Amino acid sequence: MGDHHHGPAQGITRWLFTTNHKDIGTMYLWFSFAMFLLGGFFAMVIRAELFQPGMQLVEPGFFNQMTTLHGLVMVFGAIMPSFVGLANWLIPMMIGAPDMALPRMNNWSFWILPPAFLMLASTLFMEGGAPAFGWTFYAPLSTTYAAPSVTFFIFAIHILGVSSIMGSINIIATVMNMRAPGMTYMKMPLFVWTWLITAFLLVAVMPVLAGAVTMMLMDIHFGTSFFSAAGGGDPVLFQHIFWFFGHPEVYIIILPAFGVVSQIIPAFSRKPLFGYASMVYATASIAFLSFIVWAHHMYTVGMPVAGELFFMYATMLIAVPTGVKVFNWISTMWRGALSFETPMLFCIGFLILFTLGGFTGLMLSIAPADFQYHDTYFVVAHFHYVMVAGAVFSMTAAVYYWLPKWCGRMYNEAMGKTHFWISFIGFNITFFPQHFVGLAGMPRRIPDYALQFADFNMMSSIGAFIYGASQLLFLYNVIATIVAGKPVSDEKVWDGAEGLEWTVPTPAPYHTFEEPPLVPKPAGTI
Amino acid sequence: MGKRVSGLALALLSPMSVAQNQVNMSPGVTEIGADIFELHMLIMWICVVIGIAVFAVMFYSIYAHRKSKGHQASQFHESTKVEVAWTVVPFLILIAMAVPATSTLLEVYDNDEAELDILITGYQWKWKYEYLDESGEPVAFFSNLATAQEEIYNTAHKGENYLLEVDEPLVIPTNTKVRFLITANDVIHSWWVPEIAVKRDAIPGFINEAWTRVPEEGIYRGQCTELCGAYHGFMPVEVHAVSRPEFDAWMAAKRGAAVAQSQLAMQTLSVDDLMAKGKAVYDSSCLACHGAQGQGGIGNAIAGSPVVLGDIASHMAIVAKGVSGTAMQAFGGQLNDVDMAAVLTYQRNAFGNNTGDVVQPGDIAGMNNG
Repeated sequence: MGDHHHGPAQGITRWLFTTNHKDIGTMYLWFSFAMFLLGGFFAMVIRAELFQPGMQLVEPGFFNQMTTLHGLVMVFGAIMPSFVGLANWLIPMMIGAPDMALPRMNNWSFWILPPAFLMLASTLFMEGGAPAFGWTFYAPLSTTYAAPSVTFFIFAIHILGVSSIMGSINIIATVMNMRAPGMTYMKMPLFVWTWLITAFLLVAVMPVLAGAVTMMLMDIHFGTSFFSAAGGGDPVLFQHIFWFFGHPEVYIIILPAFGVVSQIIPAFSRKPLFGYASMVYATASIAFLSFIVWAHHMYTVGMPVAGELFFMYATMLIAVPTGVKVFNWISTMWRGALSFETPMLFCIGFLILFTLGGFTGLMLSIAPADFQYHDTYFVVAHFHYVMVAGAVFSMTAAVYYWLPKWCGRMYNEAMGKTHFWISFIGFNITFFPQHFVGLAGMPRRIPDYALQFADFNMMSSIGAFIYGASQLLFLYNVIATIVAGKPVSDEKVWDGAEGLEWTVPTPAPYHTFEEPPLVPKPAGTI
Repeated sequence: MGKRVSGLALALLSPMSVAQNQVNMSPGVTEIGADIFELHMLIMWICVVIGIAVFAVMFYSIYAHRKSKGHQASQFHESTKVEVAWTVVPFLILIAMAVPATSTLLEVYDNDEAELDILITGYQWKWKYEYLDESGEPVAFFSNLATAQEEIYNTAHKGENYLLEVDEPLVIPTNTKVRFLITANDVIHSWWVPEIAVKRDAIPGFINEAWTRVPEEGIYRGQCTELCGAYHGFMPVEVHAVSRPEFDAWMAAKRGAAVAQSQLAMQTLSVDDLMAKGKAVYDSSCLACHGAQGQGGIGNAIAGSPVVLGDIASHMAIVAKGVSGTAMQAFGGQLNDVDMAAVLTYQRNAFGNNTGDVVQPGDIAGMNNG
């Protein structure tokens, strides 16, 4: 057999040249956390300016650069890479594979990310400033009327797309080819299932995004008129293409979060996941529906009424599989033996707040009502409930849950619970009042507002500073755990945890499952 | 804090409240607004009821099924009956929601038989209103933010309608079906007035339709709701709904003013008149980018600018045609000859430029042709 148990290379080359799924997963996770802090910093600038009516700190043009970069960095830099990192760490260990199927490509799909974001961030220092057209970059504001830095933005988006596509192909190849004998599809942990479906969504829609930005590039530099009516094009075409990417994109963000929650709730309920098969079918239904609902982001562009009706009905349907998931999680908790360690707290927080975001999503799906909601703070509140309390909370839960397995040390539980409560309270102080100002008529993406919105905006800003500060506590807790946490050596770490990743030693050795494991019948998976 | 909580409770009970700290959508004054509001409340209450039921189950479980209380986990993990039920029941609830939603949507889209057509064009960062009426002198005007820069930059007290006030509001008659034809000149904007329940995107090169019938006289305020560049937050909408006779009188006055304006364009104006008018035009059209002292900002400085100090015709060409690829718009279609002459005169003599050049309205037509 030879020496298979060699450790990692020494020094910087370990990280530059690594093909190890655990190293690459770790790099993705740290990179996404750095981006989370950067995007969070932009959010703090936004909330500081909105603390009071009137312009105090920044100019309106710069404010738009902040909202744009906040959205781009959070979506493409923080949330997406964090789940890719989690997939890298966990999928091989969950299906009993020694590594990802395409390890060299894995290295490359990570290492093109930092230069892409460096380039995106560098636009802040360019003449004319960074992109200021919102993360949705509607033409012609993002073409004819954009600052010259838009070209760098387009290139950065292309690189991010390439990275995502490579990462997804790798996940699909791994899941399809490298499952241990006996690990049938319907025995795979739900996290693997949700990521497999997510990877297909990514492969389907990232090229569409690439097409949209390429058309922008052509309009800006090569005299075409894809998005200009003056040349026979159509600005609304851009929105159709963007949201054909954009709506699946939001499920790309939330499906792996569903997967995480479906792993953690059973562990702390000490009871198998309720309705495993229906969870898989619900995930697939959501993925399918995500392709036929995109124009609900565009109810006010003047679509024909038949189009409005179609997109309204299709969008409302999403409530059915999403409801199934929520009911299943609660049934998993029902008559379990519950305990409330930090990962479980974040999952319960997720369950409550994501469901609230789902309710406002259902309200937004009603086209006539959307004429009043559209592009107000009600929408901002809605998507932060699903993006932050949905994706970010579940990601945080995942870190607390698997960190002891990764580094062989236990985090500080009191500090973790404190982090949860500050996050939960800070998040709600920030975003709940935004429902009110939105319904009362405050448009989104404005640097200054009418006086009747002042009190709730101040509350929102205070909440944002609290939520932002709580993330520093998280960072401290994670570093303190890695450096000096209480060692754990129990393979299972959590008494209720199920799955192959809990059968390898703690901390997980550099190489796992060089020999395929015997797949036991995982409890609850048929 | 106590005030805020009681205000919140009050507002939840009486959704009519539109004052400080409004927490709910306003039904507004129109029939459609009321329909939308009812739909919004219906769906919200359905969600609240479902939410209470679902979370009650969860919190009971959190309370009763704790390991710390010694609760033993059962191992059940599926039930076809229950799973079918909670797929079918939500589906039926959705159908119940879709019925009123569809009928309201069809009403929103009923643009037929309008009695008055108004063309609304979004510009960075103002609205242009044109009354489409075959008879008589055409009436068209721009509607700019009226809030002073000093209020925005916190050196003056902010007025009651801070950021929601314009120099020239849109005037419409009550109890009349008014159709809005909405488009844009540069980027996408969106015209929204919550109280009359109209929001429609203004898209360059395309014309969208929307309509309203306002039963009550009053002032209704709104804002642009599609990100349209740096001053997106500073292009409000103000609609005055007035009685039919009042509207007719206003329209007659507007037509008279339009006639007087075209006569003015034939005359030679005094330097003082041109400078005064020029300052007014500068403040509403140029100041946002070029600064109150002509010091520049988003746009180049006017003070000491080689363009302004140079040839009059090329100066005018830039103002009239804009600079492609920059935020400098083409003002040719926005300013009449008098305004154009006045603002050119003003720019050439204010901010220490002191060229002594005077541009008359009559010169503009000549330069346009030349």
